[in-house]
Amino acid sequence: MATRAQFENSDEIGVFSKLTNSYCLVAVGGSENFYSSFEAELQDTIPIVYSTIGGTRLVGRLTAGNRRGLLVPSTTSDVELQHLRNSLPDEVKIQRVEERLSALGNVICTNDYAALVHPDIERETEELIADVLGVEVFRQTVAGNVLVGSYCALSNQGGIVHPQTSIEDQDELSSLLQVPLIAGSVNRGSPVVGAGCVVNDWMAVAGYATTSFELTVMSSIFKLNNDQQGEQWEQTKWSQLYQQMG
Amino acid sequence: MSVSAFKATVLCHNCGTPLDGTLTNGTPICNQCIEMTTDITKEIPREASLTFCRNCDRWLQPPSSWTAAQPESRELLALCLKRLKGLSKVRLVDASFIWTEPHSRRIRIKVTVQGEAVGQTIIQQSFEVEYIVIATQCPDCAKSFTANTWRASVQIRQKVPHKKTFLYLEQLILRHNAHLDTISIQESRDGLDFFYSQRNHALKMLDFLASVTPCRHKRSEELISMDTHTAKKQYKFSYSVEIAPICRDDLVVLPPSIAKSNANISPLVLCTKVTNTLHFVDPNTLQTAEIPGSVYWRKQFPSLADASRLQEFIVLDIEPLGPVKGKFALADATVARVGDMGRNDTTYNIRTHLGGVLHPGDSAYGYYMVTSNFNNAYWDELDKDNLPDVILVKKHYPGRRKKRNRHWKLKRMALEHNLEDDPKVTKTDLDKAEQDYEQFLQELEEDTELRGTVNLYKRTVPQMPALPKTGDEMEASEEEGEGVPEIGVDELLDDLEDMSLGQDE
Repeated sequence: MATRAQFENSDEIGVFSKLTNSYCLVAVGGSENFYSSFEAELQDTIPIVYSTIGGTRLVGRLTAGNRRGLLVPSTTSDVELQHLRNSLPDEVKIQRVEERLSALGNVICTNDYAALVHPDIERETEELIADVLGVEVFRQTVAGNVLVGSYCALSNQGGIVHPQTSIEDQDELSSLLQVPLIAGSVNRGSPVVGAGCVVNDWMAVAGYATTSFELTVMSSIFKLNNDQQGEQWEQTKWSQLYQQMG
Repeated sequence: MSVSAFKATVLCHNCGTPLDGTLTNGTPICNQCIEMTTDITKEIPREASLTFCRNCDRWLQPPSSWTAAQPESRELLALCLKRLKGLSKVRLVDASFIWTEPHSRRIRIKVTVQGEAVGQTIIQQSFEVEYIVIATQCPDCAKSFTANTWRASVQIRQKVPHKKTFLYLEQLILRHNAHLDTISIQESRDGLDFFYSQRNHALKMLDFLASVTPCRHKRSEELISMDTHTAKKQYKFSYSVEIAPICRDDLVVLPPSIAKSNANISPLVLCTKVTNTLHFVDPNTLQTAEIPGSVYWRKQFPSLADASRLQEFIVLDIEPLGPVKGKFALADATVARVGDMGRNDTTYNIRTHLGGVLHPGDSAYGYYMVTSNFNNAYWDELDKDNLPDVILVKKHYPGRRKKRNRHWKLKRMALEHNLEDDPKVTKTDLDKAEQDYEQFLQELEEDTELRGTVNLYKRTVPQMPALPKTGDEMEASEEEGEGVPEIGVDELLDDLEDMSLGQDE
């Protein structure tokens, strides 16, 4: 199910929240509506955790994680780390990373099986990602942008990349990640898809500004569609699009 | 959509149209959506105002210049577009007027502009702007409606009973365009008043007058206002110009000192020409004298008799004596007064300078000295014993019809000149003015030298319906043919006004 939400008048959902298949982090201080939009969908299936990272609310951009683990930057305080340890399920490994590029959410884009990372990331971090998150790590760029986490939204079903990504790049990334990819945008044409939405295998949340066309693209690539109408639309639109792609 | 050259990778976020994402600037949006959602004309006002002067039909071009422009003209469009502030940020592609009812005092224009929307996308948009025409009075008009806005005036006066000098002066002014800076010309008794907005213009006029007439001037100034802080003063200047009261064909008795200094010329002389010097000839000896204006004003003298005292004579016999000077030729003539014809047989044997133009049987104008009584100090000192009985001045063409259709004409100056406007002017004055003008035209016809100094224009003579001629007219028209001086077509200029407007007269 793809829905819209807003965090304190900001449409950049991916900045203030982190959604994986086994937990959800939400920034402290957002209106109850923001929290509710997650709670309505997730209910009791996975824990939703209010948290801060290094005293900031930018939990989505500063952390990287998937079903198996969570990487937090070195700025994370012990209290915050302890709070996360207490709140998250025991299977989820939490690891503090001493990485110069401390906005881990911006430099790492991961699902449960593969991760794209910033080309300049340290080797130790790369190893930590592989160990903690249990994924294959690829140093890549998206449409020439090194901040792969910002310009790519990824789930185990598929992914959206920066709208300027060429077909060749999409094919290459797709073969690395082993999921279908599509170029797209969120929040009425914003290319920072990673920061504009959060996604896991059964739900996606994007900013209020996201148009219905953008939401439809998200639902179809992340395979969130349940209703008949959506599927119908999907068929016609994608058959058109694939025709053009040759 | 057909298979096109580009490869669609992304959907327009607004309408879902497939696009090539690599060609967009980050935001996936199609051109139609850009055109629909962005407004490059946002900063251009849709309403503006134009200031218009009703009196002179000119438009204000800020900050302070006023330009004339026809409705729906290019100039007006340029003026309108200049009033739109945000237009410099976009590229103007097209602009045109939308018709509006003139009394609505609204001008509507349609403007098409191109501009850069998000990224490098160029889009073209059209919009309409409505202008409110604000009618005002421009400073120039305001000034012209206010009395006493002149700064300097030149008052030209000549104390003679006729206006011929001013008619000639008018032609000279027109020929040399000396009236261009004038803001107003008024006719008054004995002369003309020229008004100027700047003192320099008046000084220029003074220089011009000094170069064409024997004149002198007096300056007077009136303090209008003074700024006590800066000691700046505003003055009005009046130049009173007096033209020597001696005209062509006047009989003059020169003061002894002047006669002596001009090769001891005989004091009784005729004025033959007036420029900035006075030209005299002694009809008895052909001796000439030229007296510059400056010399005249040092030793002023009045004329003894003017053209109004001329009488008509018939030349009975004429015998050239030989001496010739310029157009003058000395001759002995026997003349009789036309008034004496049929009453007595009195004839006068005289000497004249018109030997070149007069023939026996011709008619001529001259001063009749026998019965004349003059009030003149220099005349009283003259030795009366050797005075001629008659002094001939010019040839007379009695065959000339009074009001002929001339094939040439002169230009006249501004309309304030018209005497008819003044309620005080009587019919006599009008007749006198007309008579002076006719005489002036005749003088032009007779004198090639005079003609050379003015501009004559061709005139399309209206075709008169051929009426059966009465006997009197026949006689007149037959006589007219011989001897009457005419002006050749080659001396005439084309009148540009006539040519452009195609008007008769």
